[in-house]
Amino acid sequence: MKYLKYIIILLILSTINLSFADEHETQLQNEITKNLRCLICQGQSIYDSDSQFANSLKILVEKKLSEGLSEKEIYEYFENKYGEWILYDPKFNKNTYFLWLLPILMFLLGGVILFKLFIIKKN
Amino acid sequence: MASLIGLYSLFFGLCSSFLIIFFSIKNFRNFLNFDSKILSLTFLQFFFVVVSFLGLIISFINSDFSNETVYNHSHTTKPLFYKISGTWGNHEGSLLLWLLVLTLFLFLFLLKSKEQSKKYRILTLFFQQIIIIGFFIFLLKTSNPFSYIFPTPAEGLGLNPILQDPALAIHPPILYLGYVGSSIIFSSTLAAATLNKINKEWATHIKKWVLLSWVFLTLGILLGSIWAYYELGWGGFWFWDPVENVSLMPWLALTTLLHCLLVLEKRFLLTSWVVILSISTFTLSMCGTFLVRSGILNSVHTFANDPERGLFILIFLFSLIFLSLFIFFFFHKFENKNMNQLFWLSKETSILINNWFMMYFLTVVLIGTIYPIFLEVISSEKISVGPPFYHKLIIPFLIPFLFMMAIGPKLKWIKSDMLIKKRLIVLFLISFLLSFLLVIKLNKDILINSILLTFAFYLFFVSLRDFFIKKKLSLPQNFAHFGFSLLILSILFNNILSKEIITNLKVGEIYKSEKFEINFENIGQVEKKNFKEIIGKFIIKDSEDNIEILNPGLRIYNQPNIVTSEADIKVNLFEDKFMTMNYVPNQDYFNIRYQIKPFMIWIWFSVLLITFGGIMSVFKKRYEN
Amino acid sequence: MKIKTFPLFLVIIFLIIFVIFYKGLNNSNIYTPETNLKKNIPYFKVKTFDSEKLIESDEIFKNDKFYLINIWASWCVPCRDEHPFLVDLNKKKGLEIVGLNYKDNKKNAKIFLDDLGNPYDIILMDQDGTISIEWGAYGVPETFLIYNKKIIKKVIGPLDSKKVFEINELVK
Repeated sequence: MKYLKYIIILLILSTINLSFADEHETQLQNEITKNLRCLICQGQSIYDSDSQFANSLKILVEKKLSEGLSEKEIYEYFENKYGEWILYDPKFNKNTYFLWLLPILMFLLGGVILFKLFIIKKN
Repeated sequence: MASLIGLYSLFFGLCSSFLIIFFSIKNFRNFLNFDSKILSLTFLQFFFVVVSFLGLIISFINSDFSNETVYNHSHTTKPLFYKISGTWGNHEGSLLLWLLVLTLFLFLFLLKSKEQSKKYRILTLFFQQIIIIGFFIFLLKTSNPFSYIFPTPAEGLGLNPILQDPALAIHPPILYLGYVGSSIIFSSTLAAATLNKINKEWATHIKKWVLLSWVFLTLGILLGSIWAYYELGWGGFWFWDPVENVSLMPWLALTTLLHCLLVLEKRFLLTSWVVILSISTFTLSMCGTFLVRSGILNSVHTFANDPERGLFILIFLFSLIFLSLFIFFFFHKFENKNMNQLFWLSKETSILINNWFMMYFLTVVLIGTIYPIFLEVISSEKISVGPPFYHKLIIPFLIPFLFMMAIGPKLKWIKSDMLIKKRLIVLFLISFLLSFLLVIKLNKDILINSILLTFAFYLFFVSLRDFFIKKKLSLPQNFAHFGFSLLILSILFNNILSKEIITNLKVGEIYKSEKFEINFENIGQVEKKNFKEIIGKFIIKDSEDNIEILNPGLRIYNQPNIVTSEADIKVNLFEDKFMTMNYVPNQDYFNIRYQIKPFMIWIWFSVLLITFGGIMSVFKKRYEN
Repeated sequence: MKIKTFPLFLVIIFLIIFVIFYKGLNNSNIYTPETNLKKNIPYFKVKTFDSEKLIESDEIFKNDKFYLINIWASWCVPCRDEHPFLVDLNKKKGLEIVGLNYKDNKKNAKIFLDDLGNPYDIILMDQDGTISIEWGAYGVPETFLIYNKKIIKKVIGPLDSKKVFEINELVK
């Protein structure tokens, strides 16, 4: 039985034809444009949109990358131009403390409630 | 004519609501048996709504443009199929569909609950009627589907082209069966809580209804997702868009409820928790309707909106919330002693832990969706909450969640022993080894990927093994859990292995990279009743000289005049080849996007498996002993 | 006691949520960005429309004058509506109008100017739309008033008599 499993593993590993990401740069470009909001569209990212605005932004991201800007710098650049609304990944600041922490707090609260159930039982 | 009948029928439907309430109050006080008059009246109400709905469909078929809804959303050149599906492809019609499902479910509920007590049935009927009346008034007051315009326009404005699609034609009815199905859970839970009847028998009885709406909701979400995949044209299937989140939230609540009901059914525990979940399921559905219909959110799939409608749903939603709070705190009896029976290593505990995680996921989605609204109102600053937020908060928590899903079903009710089974450990090691090897071979970020893969594989192997080994296993549960592991695995691999090329090409040009060669051979034109289409022919050769021909298109719809790009997808067992062509104004080239998306079909298939688990347990009498 | 305070607490929370949703309903959904006023103008290199020579932004805005940069395209319908206002503004002294031709076809752009008049002192070409992004623009038409290398007013969408009046007030 055990052996059979190993054979299956080997089979799977050998059949999957693995190929790597094409070019690192376009990958990064896609990654970045996915995290930017198309401001003139209804809830689409730059990557997903084909509007004029989005297409120009794609080109600009490519340009900035070839100029050697890092991912973070590019986000800052666009935030500077268009405000925080353009970033799909909200930053952790005074505006978003609740956004990031509330779910975690709720999780902890749930944990406490669960934990209490078992403590009460002991007493 | 049909519109007129439809309108009157709606009025009659509303009137029968009052009659029903009158008779049920009388019946509740006086007689011993359930008054069959009420059942007939409920049927009559359902019948009126059906007539009204048919009236709207007929108006659409006949392109009766004196009806404002038809005028706004239809056109004579549209194919019959889309004329019909246009009925529910708009705000007014879809609300009528809501009402139809509401009355249908109520009628079915009364038919199927004959063994239940009279008081319980009448109270459920009463609460459901409150919802129904609310929707009747909403429909007639703010979104009448039968508004009359004079003089009659010669031609309609047409249906949004992206809605002219077979998957999207059946998506709303199925989704609404899920959404609105939860209304009956809401009503009957309130009824049971009022009568202090939340017990094992009730759990068994209500479970079917929960399963039913769960199945439809899952299917509805799946259809929507498939539609987004091929129609929105960029190869994604889940965008964490507010409208999608809004359907995910009731789904999460329903799934949690489903598991909780098992505990209630077996152990008579968690009664309050079940009540809270039932209430929140429907509340979340309503809240979703509010968010989508009021235009408060920015989304790809927005309906035409109007603040007055938003206000109405908002008030209605909060009235329901306060009503249920009132019933919950004043009628429902809290259980205290029962909790003492919990042992830490038992099936109950594992379900509770799973509940805990589900609630966490729900919180993340809820907060992510509505937080921007709050921030804007409070500080008038505008932020976006997109996929990265959800991924960061959800993915790490998926790991223990998957583990619990694998281990939980192995535990026994009441009390399990600590016996660690060798096989389970071996399976874990295998999963770990396998994922580690895969991740290394794929040259990806090792840590998070391999951990996630390990646990997904673990659940996969454990539930796969259960199909063969355990004799008295719960098949539906196993199907669902197995499907879930398959879903996570497919999504992971899809994410890791997707490839894409975006480039500008002129007709006759060839794009070359290390892996592919894309030859833009020619373009042709096709003319249809409701659109013209430009179709490109692309020949794609990969490094092993496999040739694939793809024909993405650009559709120019006549009514309304909108250009959409139609993806061409070659579906394959292991990978989809996906191509779109976009129009670039003032240029002689097209923007081409070619994507290889592995395991797409497995994503759909695994959701079907999950749904299948649900369907199985709907039909199984009592699947667990 | 605990049982009493908890429902009250919940009711208050839901009431707050209700109020916020209610206010959110009345907020308009169209995003109006805070105008990036008092910001330095971006630096860029660009081709001119007439000679197709590369020119640096510093060179364009070098004088102690007011500049009005207008993003336009021949295919943009509202641009046609606002064009007469630009022609009018061109008569004003101490104000130089810079046209930024957005993703346009040169031939069509020329026809457009021949038909409606050319109010621009200089026209720059933004073939791929990236220069407009540098300015923080959303699309066409959009207009920025610049003084001393700072943006002092921004108009999104076509100019109208009210906006032209505001510009005139500033330029005085």
